[in-house]
Amino acid sequence: MARKDEVGRRGEDCAAEYLTRSGYTLLERNWRCSQGEIDLVVAKDGDIVFVEVKTRSGTGYGHPFEAITVAKLARLRRLAGAWCEQSGLRARRIRIDVIGVIARSGHEPVVEHLEGVF
Amino acid sequence: MGLARTRSVALIGLAGSIVEVEADISSQLPGLRLIGLPDAALAEAAERVRAAAKNSGCALNPHKLTVNLSPAALRKHGSGFDLAIALACLAADGVVPAESVGAVLHIGELALDGRLRPTPGMLPAVIAAARSGYRTVMVPAGNADEAALVPGIRVIGVASLRDALIWHGARLEPIAVDVLSAPAEEDSVDESLDLIDVVGNDEAILALQVAAAGGHHVFMLGPPGAGKTMLAARLPGLLPELDRAAAIEVSSLRSLAGLPVGRSLPTRPPLESPHHTATAAALIGGGSGLIRPGAAARASHGVLFLDEAPEFPASVLDALRQPLESGVITIHRANSIAHFPGSFQLVMAANPCACGQSGARDTECTCSPMAKRRYLGRISGPLLDRIDIQLRVQRITSARVRVSEAEPRLSTREARTRVVAARAAAAARLVGTSWTLNSHVPGTWLRGQRMRLGPKTTASIDRALERGGITMRGYDRVLRLSWTLADLDGDSIPSADHVGRALYLRKAM
Repeated sequence: MARKDEVGRRGEDCAAEYLTRSGYTLLERNWRCSQGEIDLVVAKDGDIVFVEVKTRSGTGYGHPFEAITVAKLARLRRLAGAWCEQSGLRARRIRIDVIGVIARSGHEPVVEHLEGVF
Repeated sequence: MGLARTRSVALIGLAGSIVEVEADISSQLPGLRLIGLPDAALAEAAERVRAAAKNSGCALNPHKLTVNLSPAALRKHGSGFDLAIALACLAADGVVPAESVGAVLHIGELALDGRLRPTPGMLPAVIAAARSGYRTVMVPAGNADEAALVPGIRVIGVASLRDALIWHGARLEPIAVDVLSAPAEEDSVDESLDLIDVVGNDEAILALQVAAAGGHHVFMLGPPGAGKTMLAARLPGLLPELDRAAAIEVSSLRSLAGLPVGRSLPTRPPLESPHHTATAAALIGGGSGLIRPGAAARASHGVLFLDEAPEFPASVLDALRQPLESGVITIHRANSIAHFPGSFQLVMAANPCACGQSGARDTECTCSPMAKRRYLGRISGPLLDRIDIQLRVQRITSARVRVSEAEPRLSTREARTRVVAARAAAAARLVGTSWTLNSHVPGTWLRGQRMRLGPKTTASIDRALERGGITMRGYDRVLRLSWTLADLDGDSIPSADHVGRALYLRKAM
């Protein structure tokens, strides 16, 4: 596995752990379809939340949030629709969140969570 | 999440209005959104501010920043808002105290490395700030001298965004940087041009003094090589020193045009000599979006010299009629109206015809009468009508040069002393009126009960008027010139000789 995938994997673990601690139920991890991948699908109080996790091992090339572009969000929105269709779940509301993880080697990873970015 | 505000200045012409710069941080994906009618250069401020903040050691908050420039309906131009935007963003983030940033007015463009670049239009912007009651402005160190020309304002010159943050109380270590300085000022008027260089041409020297003393506009007609350009270039030297208000206006216009402004106010009047390919926008000012001052505005309180005047397009010359009449240049655009001062002294020079030899004593003119009429006809009647002194300049013969070399000649310094004395006499006579120069006085006032000259004095122009040699308007102009001639000679009232000489200056063509 390439180093960058390793970093991304670790970041997703951190994000999943953070969300579970915050009272979310984990529904799906790395759900794939022909259009792409959703990192995390979680639920809380009847809301279904689609989460994009972005991990960086430092901020030398900018904050992780800065790497989330309009195009990426638009794809996430389409994927959210696709997931709802295949799962058959009736969600009260759906939401798209972003989690940024800064995982400096030798430090505790820092997790930041933005709710309802789309 | 935070909110902070500070203030900056938007310029329309020379008038500035205070713009409130508000920054808000919201819990969204990173971005810096600028709202409030920015133009292209200002919309790019987002990128400059982001890079400058990062390179100053205080990266912007990794959430969404919304920056509003209020009043939102006012169109804003240029890069002078960068510093205010950066500080509002960082104050909203809590890097610096919002109260400190809110109390100071900020003007300046940021470089990507966080240094501050000198910004055009600094002087008028700081004047506008002072008029609106602001006492402290923060400007780029390269502009600090220019901003300090405005009285009653505390100027803080900072070299970089980091220095600005430290001044506002951020806990950062200062880093010394090379100050980005404004280009050095070059003297616009050459002081080495002296009236003493002019040989012969005594009428022209007299005409220049009259023009300087009374503020009269001049039109010089003569063949190539007669010395028209040489004479015109020496007129600014005859004008008195600029007073403080005029000097600030001259510097403001230079600053607005993006020309360097030195560390002190100019004392000498400006000279502008645009080329005859100039457009109306280049001459009086214009431009889409940002309205910039033209040559006529930059010549305010000085001399606007149009060499080869018939070669200018007629529409360009006629654009000068309104400023000549009102002393103010007004430029209308769909979204704004800009006013510039337009109290320049107009000097036009022209050849008498296309070949230039008409009326010369030594050579033959090859132009047909029709071609001659068409050539001078390009200068419209209404424009010529506003010019008091219309003078014919002749080539100097070798005999005249030999005679003149023996005679004492007038230097610029002596002539300027006479001009200053004449202006003082005119101002003393005009005290209690709204005019200070003879050229501003309307004819009705000169012909009124108080100022009326005796019939013996005005006999020559009365006769010229009866015979149709001059119009009523021309009559008034001769009267004004007579008063200026009397002022120059130190007489309290014009004599018949003064009126005769004035008629010569008016009707020499």
